[in-house]
This record gives sequence, C-alpha cells and structure tokens, in this order.
Amino acid sequence: MAKRRIFEDVRIADFTWLGVGPIAAKFMANLGATVVHVESLTRPDLTRVSYPYKDLQAGINRSAFFTLYNDSKYGITLNLKMPQAQEVARKLVYDWANVVTDAHLPGHMEQWGLDYETLSKEKPDLIHVATALQGKSGKYSGMPGHGMAGVSLAGFTEITGWPDREPSIPWGAYSDFVTFPHMVTALIAALIHRRKTGKGQYIEVSQQESSLQFLAPVLMDYMINGRIMTRAGNRSPHAAPHATYHCAGEGEKWCAIAVETDEEWAGFCKVVGEPEWTGDPKFATLEGRKANEDELDELVEKWTIGQTPHDVMTRLQQAGVPAGVAQSGEDLVADPQLNHRGTHTILEHPEIGPHIYEPPPYRFSKTPHELTMPAPCMGQHNEYILKEVLGMSDDEVAELLIAGALE
Amino acid sequence: MADLEKGEGALAGFRILDLTDHKGLYCAKVLADLGADVIKIEPPGGDPSRNTGPFYKDTPDPEKSLFWWAYNTSKRGITLDIETAEGKDIFLRLVKTADAVVESFSPRYMDGLGLGYSELSRINPGIIVTSITPFGQTGPRSDWKAPDLVGWALGGQAFVTGDEDRPPCRISFPQAYLHAGNQAASGTLAALYHREETGEGQHVDVSMQESVVWTLLSVIQFWDVMGFNMFRGGSKRRMGGPVARVLYPCKDGHMSFLIGGGQLASISMPALVRWMAEENMLGAFEDRKDWTADDWTTKVDYWSTTQEEIDGQEESLIRFFANKTKEELYEQALRRRIILYPASTVKDLAENAQLKEREFYTQVEHPELGGTVTYAGAPYKMRETPWRISRRPPLIGEHNEEIYRSELGFSDEELRRFADAGVI
Repeated sequence: MAKRRIFEDVRIADFTWLGVGPIAAKFMANLGATVVHVESLTRPDLTRVSYPYKDLQAGINRSAFFTLYNDSKYGITLNLKMPQAQEVARKLVYDWANVVTDAHLPGHMEQWGLDYETLSKEKPDLIHVATALQGKSGKYSGMPGHGMAGVSLAGFTEITGWPDREPSIPWGAYSDFVTFPHMVTALIAALIHRRKTGKGQYIEVSQQESSLQFLAPVLMDYMINGRIMTRAGNRSPHAAPHATYHCAGEGEKWCAIAVETDEEWAGFCKVVGEPEWTGDPKFATLEGRKANEDELDELVEKWTIGQTPHDVMTRLQQAGVPAGVAQSGEDLVADPQLNHRGTHTILEHPEIGPHIYEPPPYRFSKTPHELTMPAPCMGQHNEYILKEVLGMSDDEVAELLIAGALE
Repeated sequence: MADLEKGEGALAGFRILDLTDHKGLYCAKVLADLGADVIKIEPPGGDPSRNTGPFYKDTPDPEKSLFWWAYNTSKRGITLDIETAEGKDIFLRLVKTADAVVESFSPRYMDGLGLGYSELSRINPGIIVTSITPFGQTGPRSDWKAPDLVGWALGGQAFVTGDEDRPPCRISFPQAYLHAGNQAASGTLAALYHREETGEGQHVDVSMQESVVWTLLSVIQFWDVMGFNMFRGGSKRRMGGPVARVLYPCKDGHMSFLIGGGQLASISMPALVRWMAEENMLGAFEDRKDWTADDWTTKVDYWSTTQEEIDGQEESLIRFFANKTKEELYEQALRRRIILYPASTVKDLAENAQLKEREFYTQVEHPELGGTVTYAGAPYKMRETPWRISRRPPLIGEHNEEIYRSELGFSDEELRRFADAGVI
C-alpha cells in the first residue's frame, strides 16, 4: 500500500490569487491535499501577466511568477460574475471540497453566493480561510492592495535601508511571505480541531496583522518606551563587524560577516592573518568595536576586497566565524546546501518546459513532500474536474462553454 | 461557563516542549497562542535571549526583555539542564506525555546527549521533534553558523535589498529566524495532523535558509527562465525595464505607489489621475486624463516605457504628494480606491485606524508589574477556536513547582537537591 500522505483527505477549492493564498494552498498540495485552483480569463491572476516570462515572451501560461506558487494543483476557469459559473463553484464546494480558500475583497464572495455563511449552511463542517491585505472587516478592508504595498503599510520599509537616506523597500511583496505560513498554520490548526470535534469554521487572515508579528518587539518598544525605531543599515547593537563587505570579482560581489562573540572575534583576527590593527586595544571588546565601527568596517573591507566572497565565507566559517555570500538568483540555483536539500525541484511545464519549483522549507522524516505536477495552464483541467469529478455531462459542459461561464 | 462560550483554542489538549533559543521561540509561541500547553524549557538562569533588548522601561533585566516577551506569550516556563544525567531523566519523563518537542540546537547536539529523535521516539512513538537550524540537519554547510544577517545574505534577500550604490542590506529588525519559526509552526502541525490519523510521529527538519528563500518573490525564477539576476533598487523598482520609484516622499514621510501600466497599475491610475486633475496638477499625465483602466492595461507596457517618460511622471507625482500627509493620502486612497499606502512608522502603526477598529492590539496582565502591557494581537481570527494570549510570558523557572512537584511528583527535598546541583 502506498504511504499515506499527510493531507490526502483534504480537498481545497482555492479561490485565491497573487501570493498568500496560492502559496498556502500549494504547500497543502505538496503535503497531499487535492487542490482545485479556480481562476478566470476575465481577470487573470496578476502573477500570470507579470515577468519573469520564459525567454522574455509574454503569455498567460509563460510566467514563472505564477508557476512557482501553483504547482501540484488542478486549474479550472470560471467567470464568477455569471450565475452559471457560481452554480458550478458551489457544486465544487458542496459535492467535493472540504476547505475553501479565498483572497477576494470583502463583498465579492457574498455576491457570488460563495461566502462562508451560505456555504456552511449546506456544509456545516466546512473550513473557509479568507485572506486580505487589511482583513475582511473594518473601514479600510475594501481597499485594493498587494504585498508590494503591504510591506510598507506594515512598517518594514521604514526600518530598512540607510539612516542618511530615504527608506529602501524590502524586496518583493515581503508581507506576503510573512503571511502565507500564518495562513497554512491556521488552516492546519482548524483541520486538527475539525478532526477532533467535527466542526468547521471561518478563519480570516489579515496580511497587515500577520506581518506585525515580525515587528512585535519594535511595536512594544514604542508603546512602552516611546522609541520610534528607524533604519540602521546593517548595524546591530549586538555584533561588530556586522555588515556586507565588498569582495573581489566582476559585478556585485559581497560577503556578510557577523561577529557576535569574543571567540568569533579571535577567530576572525586569525583568519585575516592578525595584522597590527587587529591587536589594537580599541577593537578588543564589542563596545570598542562598536565605538570605532566605521574605521573597523574600512579595515575589514580592505581584507575582503582582495578575495572572492566565496573564499571569505569559507575561510571564516571554517574558523567558526559567521559569514555568508550575498547570493544572487544565479548563486542560489548553484548553492550546494540548497541542492543537497533538493530545494530546487525541476518540473516539466507544457509551455515553459523544465523549470524550477520549490517545496516547503521543512522536511518530514516519514511523509516526504511531493510536487506532483507543474502549475496548470489556464483552464487546463476544466474537462477533468467538471466531468470526472463533478459528474457533469458533455452537454452541460458545452452549455457552460457557449455561455462563456468557463472563461 | 464564560470560558466555554469563548471557545477553546484549536490546539487545546496538546503539549509541546519548547527547547529553543531565539531561533525558534516564535514557533512555539504560535502553537501556544492557538491553545497548546507549551512548556518553555530554559537552562538554569534562563534563556540567554532574555538579555536581548529593548527592555521594559529601558531597564536591562532578563525578566523584562520586550523581545523575549513578544515571542513567549501563553507558555509556561521551567528551568532544566538537559546536559546533566538527572536533567535528561526529567526531560524524558516530560517527553512521555508530550506531543511535540521543538528545538534549535546545532544538528546532532540532541543526538549527542542521547535525546535525538530516535531515542525520544522509543519512549513515545508518537512524538514529533521539530528542529530549527540555519541550514537543515544535513548537507555540506549544516554545521555553519548563520545569525540574521548571514542568513539574509545566503537566503538571497540581502542581494536584492538596499540602495543600488551601497552594500546589500537587511531589515533593521532581525527577520530570518522569525521566518524559520513561522514555517516550523506549520511543519509541526502538519506532522501532528498525520500523527492524529496514524499514530506515527516523526522528525521535522526546518531550514532557516530555505525559509528565507521562500520570501524572494521570483528572484530564482528570473534567473531560471530569463537568465536575469534581480538587483537591489532601494526605494525604486529595478526589474530590468526602466527604473521607477515604489516609494514617494510626501509631506511627513513616504508613500508606496506603483506607476506604469499593465493590469496592476490600471487598478489605480485612472482614479489617481482624476484626483490630480481636480487639483490642476496633472503635469506629465495631461494627455492621459481621460484614460480608462482598459487604456492603462492595453496602451502601456511597463518594460518598454522609456526612462524619460517614467522620470517625468515621477516628478509630477512627487509634486502632487509633496503637500499632503501620509494620513490624508491613505484616507483619499481608501475613498478613491487607489493602491497607495503609507510607509508606516511604528507610531503610525500604533495609531492606525484600521488596526484600532479591528481591535488588533491586546492587553496582557503582568501581575509582577502591577499592570497590563500592550502586545501585538492575533495574526488570524479563528471564529470557532479563538486565538488568544492565555498568559504573559513566564518568569525564569516560574512553573518549576507546578510541573516538577504537582505533575511529576518530586518532593521538596528532591527539588532542593536538583536546584543545588544546578539541574533545575
């Protein structure tokens, strides 16, 4: 008998788009859940119509932005503005799903008769997880948004970058990536509760509120001590040297070094060959190094600039000193540690061809994850889901097609 | 009855032993706030990360670290030296009745103590052991060290964060291990779900580096399918096409806004341009004042827009935002449905109207201080099984009596001996 997969009894009707919801459902799929991702040609997921397109050629099935977040799912298209499509979506929930995920603005799911109140009447043990940038209630919840704005709203931007410059925006849609694991956690907690009690429930994940977990001490520092944290470059009160240093090589070559303890400082001095300045008493303690950090950083960089970031990292790590190359996309693909873990998983996509997907960042000793299929092309599984899963006839499907409900 | 009405947490009845330091505190906090009985096990004297500032009223004190408080809510706390023979025995007794152990020691440290997964599973076959480490349990770099900045660099975030003419940069408040802990909570619960069905426990191996890689948007995919290395752009978007601001200065700070065309910008552009027209400040948008969302979607391809055009539009927007505050702009953005958001300061977040209306912040009793402290509230609202901070973070060894005496049945004399021998 095949090994039981963790969530093989979980069936998710996935009405999400962009980052948080799709990734959360994908993680569940990688652990055995069956997921039907519901989307529409009339409102394509923005990740389908954004770079990176394979070979720079735009196309609705050509962006690896979408594929990374949607592998191992079935994909169907429904124009939910049409009553016939809403009917199919409800059938998918009533006849098949036991979890619903959605990332629509408040009001939409209600309008389509796909809200928790409606669905749970027919299916009381349903778990419905909804996510939105500012939550599903409250004056600002109707505001459209995404994680590229959420990162600033949630306060990360203001504390990123250099104190003498305007803020830098943390890369990408950062708040999405704080939020999606929270969504996964809440969903699994609800599944555990349902198994025990038979009860479903409604869960709402506000991206802003999830994100603030990652700044909680900073918020408390303001509320208790009145301190408004601002950006500090790469400086840390607990370590010096503590920066990314320029290294030898073409283009952008940098290595991060973080010396936290006296032992690590001694190790660092040995690796750089104990030139005279490393013996200077003003650098002997963390306090001293912090007080003379500009000078220290210059001296360290004089050493790093003569060698590749990889050499700097390896030599320091071998001496027990924390150091790491600031890795680019190219570096990450070649990273031996990530490759040892099988981080980059190649799947063959009908339009993009073989390309990289990624599993959840945890490994189970007994129930390994599986990336079962590449992300679906638009509407790829319409026939299969409507006919094989929902038992609709050829005529019924043709009718939907002609009416435009499958767009 | 009142408690019953409010509902128990989803994880009520599960017990988790938390052996982590700062690398894993968040994982067990997540589980504790969901209702699990989490016992934080600290070395005698307390977890060293209790010395991480900032502190309550700026008073350095291991009982007053705001960092430690923030990530240890709803846990009980005991002290135990698991390196001593008696400490090990006590730990193994606790494992018998636990559902999961979360730890963040170096790989093989627990094995070395005879407390690795295989040993623990012999005592309790259903036990789940979640290990949070910089790089995972095995592999060429699994013994390397990676504090936040190093993890940020090797995870690919530093390369794409910060100003283009300065070194790669991090977020000033450490994030890397919060990602690891956040993911570890999911992994632990997935294993628990499996255990509830099959009785089978297992080892869950969480990598901080991989957790950071999961924050990269499509950095790896840009390289993989386009051969393009994403690069940091500071306050600007630098994605291979023209360089455009994502942050705009305004009267009292900065606002986040994405210019350009395509589907993303077309949600906002018509409304923003209408607003600029109302104030006679169209500037570079003069010829687009009647454009619909469709026009913005179809007529503008961001990647083929010229830099001059973008620069001109940015200048007009900077002029338009210059005399308006973050609050005014946020309010208008709501009214006009524009994806325009403040770059909030901590003060803005403390006063944010939406967070207030949703009652995000939560008061927690700190009897030892004779008052309450404001904490960040729920990351999610669960209707049937409410998220809740059930108790303030434990003082050092606060629940030694409760657990060692009442639960494990040690006598006063034994407890005194353990204390004298440095076991607890």
